[in-house]
Amino acid sequence: MNPSLTLAKNWPSLNPPLDRRSIGLRREIIKTLKAAGRGHVGSALSLVEILRVLYDDVLRYKPNHPEWPLRDRCILSKGHGCLALYAVLADKGFFPKSELERFCQSNGILGGHPDYRKVPGVEASTGSLGHGLSIGIGLALNARYEKTDSRIFVIMGDGECNEGSIWEAAMCAGKHGLSNLSVILDYNKQQSYGSTYEVQDLEPFVDKWKSFGFGVAEVNGHDISQLQSACNALPVAARKPSAIICHTIKGKGIRMIEGDLRWHHKSKLSVEEIQTLFSGLEEY
Amino acid sequence: MRKTCLDMVYQLAQRDKRVFFIGSDLGYKTLDAFKQEMPDRFFMEGIGEANIVGMAAGLAMEGKIPYINTISSFITRRCFEQIVIDLCLHNINVRLIGNGGGMVYAPLGPTHMTTEDLAVMRSIPNMTVLAPADADEMKRLMPATLNHEGPIYIRLAKGYDPVVTKGTDSFKIGKTFSLRHGHDALIITTGITAGPALKASENLSSEGIGAAVLHIPTIKPLDAGTIRTHVAGVGVIVTVEEHSIIGGLGSAIAEIIAETDFRTPKKFSRIGIPDTFPDEYGSQATLLERYAITSENITDRIKSLLKRQTDIGV
Repeated sequence: MNPSLTLAKNWPSLNPPLDRRSIGLRREIIKTLKAAGRGHVGSALSLVEILRVLYDDVLRYKPNHPEWPLRDRCILSKGHGCLALYAVLADKGFFPKSELERFCQSNGILGGHPDYRKVPGVEASTGSLGHGLSIGIGLALNARYEKTDSRIFVIMGDGECNEGSIWEAAMCAGKHGLSNLSVILDYNKQQSYGSTYEVQDLEPFVDKWKSFGFGVAEVNGHDISQLQSACNALPVAARKPSAIICHTIKGKGIRMIEGDLRWHHKSKLSVEEIQTLFSGLEEY
Repeated sequence: MRKTCLDMVYQLAQRDKRVFFIGSDLGYKTLDAFKQEMPDRFFMEGIGEANIVGMAAGLAMEGKIPYINTISSFITRRCFEQIVIDLCLHNINVRLIGNGGGMVYAPLGPTHMTTEDLAVMRSIPNMTVLAPADADEMKRLMPATLNHEGPIYIRLAKGYDPVVTKGTDSFKIGKTFSLRHGHDALIITTGITAGPALKASENLSSEGIGAAVLHIPTIKPLDAGTIRTHVAGVGVIVTVEEHSIIGGLGSAIAEIIAETDFRTPKKFSRIGIPDTFPDEYGSQATLLERYAITSENITDRIKSLLKRQTDIGV
């Protein structure tokens, strides 16, 4: 048995019932997906509770003033999870929900990866993996220099942690003791080709982040109260950057695609397939 | 030139609090005065260029102006994607200072020589590319980088290169500089090859051939209008650069000439490093000699082109 998946399955209550808000956000994700018939659906569905808690309970921001200087900054470094980010940003009023219906369309602002030039609330254009943490370090150093209490959150994927630039950045964040910087890891233990264990094992993941100078917390990434508690307790350790490792399930919320790598990214989705996704969601 | 450049970063930082400095793992005590006086704006972040460029991007997104310095091969190649996405796509004010562009690091071999930096940097949207000729020009150039919008790559030469530019010229990004006039031929150059270009022009002058020298410290954005005007007045044009003949100054000038409908025919030739990795050590000077990036070759090339021009009766 693959140790990473064993770890996932043994994590307490990774399958709590999803409440109406979590189901509702996922419905918006599938609606968005429908507009283009394509998207990183599995990668987005593992992220929903992480983004929901950040935008509902943690981050300080003004949807009608996205560049408000005192805001907290949040970068979705795993830019391919943008379907979830778009659903949350639209829900918060950064842009009209009607934009979701123009996903990947030439007249729309929402692409297959988030573009800061077009989407209010997107701090940095991401998509190529391994960029967000270094940018976050720059933002965090600036907040420290300016003596503001803005906090920086960088959401990263597990596959993304294959990139060497992540570990260059981790060393740098640790060196500077950036307690205003938090890495949120969507550890669904699957990447495009296979499990993270098979493709490029990340374990011992907690120890890695600790050894790079981070305070580390582990949570069930679909459990709202665990996510809230971990975020409310930031920084995990004084004078250190934080890493919250969120154990998640790829495709979470639709049983027929959970853990099914064929749903990491899908294109040419038929109307019937989209309907099946909606049905799967309602049955959860 | 490098010392002047870093001294200027220090001076700019003294007068403008937006200026930050980020080095990788530079020489012992580099910019120590900066570090002592403004420690919260001085960073030495180790041998991790990808992270350094991303970190600078984060600072620049908040309105700061980070100047990054390391060897040009590492600041252009190792973190190319960070340059493209973090700096150029976001179009932010980060300045990349690349030490030893060209064949300056000849003794250290091909891993440390940068013979394609101008080509790759100029191919990225929003990037400005600068290659000054000497320390004096560097001193005039650096203040112009402070309030320029968008990322800039600054190619540094060896240091203690002969001063060939005129102290009276005010530097403006995008501006070309006419170093010598002449009506028979035009030598277009960038960076330290302004020196051999001027020498060639002097040699030709003694033979009764007037060769103008146009120095182009701004490879991008290129002042195409001025270049066209200079090219229009002559029949022979030679470009000279310490860079691969693929994609650099010569290519950029060729693109302009090829797309312009001049009233008279033009003979055009590029002098630069052939499409190869330098396979000798020695020094910058010996490699410039090996690849014939010399005043003698410039002189010969112009005479040869002028002869061909005469032979075909134009």
